[in-house]
Amino acid sequence: MYLYPKWIRFWHVINAAMFLILIVTGISMQYTDKEHAAYMVGFAKAVKWHNTAAIILVINYIFFVTGNLLTNNGRYYRIGRKDFFRNLSLQFKYYSKGMFKGEKHPFPVTEERKFNPLQKLTYVLSMYVAVPLLIISGIGLLLPEITITTVFGISGLILTDILHITMGFFLSIFMIIHVYTCTLGHKPTSLFRGIITGYHVSEDE
Amino acid sequence: MSDSNSFKQSGMKLLIFRIIVLFFLISLVPLSSASGSLFETVNDKPQDTALFVSRFDADNNRCFKCHGQEKYEYTNETLGKQVRDIMCSERIVRKNDFYSSNHRSFSCTDCHSDQYVNFPHSGELRMEQKYNCIDCHGGDEKFAKYHFEEIEAEYQKSTHFKMEDDGFSCWKCHNPHTYKISVRNNTNLKATIAYDNAICLNCHSNFSRFQLLSDKAEIDIIQKHDWLPNQASHFANVRCIECHTKINNNIPVSHQIRPKSEAVRLCNECHSQNSILMASLYKFESKEKRRDGFFNGIILNASYVIGANRNQYLNFLSLIIFAVVLGVIVVHIIYRIRKKENQ
Repeated sequence: MYLYPKWIRFWHVINAAMFLILIVTGISMQYTDKEHAAYMVGFAKAVKWHNTAAIILVINYIFFVTGNLLTNNGRYYRIGRKDFFRNLSLQFKYYSKGMFKGEKHPFPVTEERKFNPLQKLTYVLSMYVAVPLLIISGIGLLLPEITITTVFGISGLILTDILHITMGFFLSIFMIIHVYTCTLGHKPTSLFRGIITGYHVSEDE
Repeated sequence: MSDSNSFKQSGMKLLIFRIIVLFFLISLVPLSSASGSLFETVNDKPQDTALFVSRFDADNNRCFKCHGQEKYEYTNETLGKQVRDIMCSERIVRKNDFYSSNHRSFSCTDCHSDQYVNFPHSGELRMEQKYNCIDCHGGDEKFAKYHFEEIEAEYQKSTHFKMEDDGFSCWKCHNPHTYKISVRNNTNLKATIAYDNAICLNCHSNFSRFQLLSDKAEIDIIQKHDWLPNQASHFANVRCIECHTKINNNIPVSHQIRPKSEAVRLCNECHSQNSILMASLYKFESKEKRRDGFFNGIILNASYVIGANRNQYLNFLSLIIFAVVLGVIVVHIIYRIRKKENQ
């Protein structure tokens, strides 16, 4: 079934590329040292690439949010209150036990339900909580003059930095899990093919 | 009965929890004042200059009468009339600035010839040899902790020293009439940075003064530092000397100005765990405050340097989370492989 329109695939590939650049350059800046001056990509290059990739990511994020508002794609991210925890637990049990026993997927992909409850929750937390916080704190670090100088005597920049790095870290972890769970499709490569071609292949097809 | 007991216990726990939260909030109060006493690193507390009365006040006032402001007045005995004139800016010493400086307890004639008490001053007096720091502070036990001899040795290796024959001296940077120790007494680091940078910019961004000692063309500091990302932020948060001097841990402030070809240009020199700023800008923070590394000490000083502010605890926590995630994925893969083999 055709599940990923062109604009989503375009946004996704740009987002993935920028994520990778930002993670590599972010680690390069945070763990740079005199003894390892060229750690990963080196500080000076890392700053330039990080800033450029971040600006592209922000534009791409605005494109994503606008797309979700203007098309039907936004509905896939709506989390219902009904049976919220039960559904999460069902999906979690499937990943941890059920799938090894050959059980059926509790929430098979349909045109009405692109994401399972766990996916929905992590995508919403990532795209609508972590990424906005990452962008806001990133702007604070890019333009330090607009950042609050001190909060209870602690540098506002340090708190902004902690927020930025923490969000960056969680999104990196999200990316690892995301890539891994994408191998859990019909075949290990079928979900990757899906986001390139736009067509999702389910187990029943 | 047991219900009532457990209710009392939970009430007690809540009370203890509230007390802990209250103490935590109270402990934050002193943190909320940026220059709160908690963070003072004062060795020699600056005295209230309004209360300072020099024992040479009457003597000094005779000098301040003319040299204390732009305008001075005297009686021209030849013409037999009162004359008002403009004081040359280089000869003005403002009384308040002098009495809040480190040299405030001196009489003017401690350093200048006592012949200056006569007016009009003799032209020859202008040729008098001026004292340098080391002339008074050298070999004096009282000032041993400042290591003036080592400062002098550093200065002699400095690029500034090459211009001594052209008139360079301590006073080009440190005005003896207004100089006050800043970095060790100042709890506001930004003010210290601005004060120290103003010393350099006094000549390096003022071509009138710069050309007194150099034949070089005028330099545009902003353009010369174009390569520096977030230039304004760097200028406001570090001193020129951080990059332009060779660090010497034995003296409070490094005085060996290096030629521009040897200035620090590698970001990693500051942006790293063993940042050179620890040996320069932040060296006066007590060891106690930074016993847990750069981050946990300097965080209290409202300073922030990318790559240097690393929290060991967060680093450790992130590694654990990373390892757990990888571990879960590996276990998951193993189960998947087993399932496939069983099929």
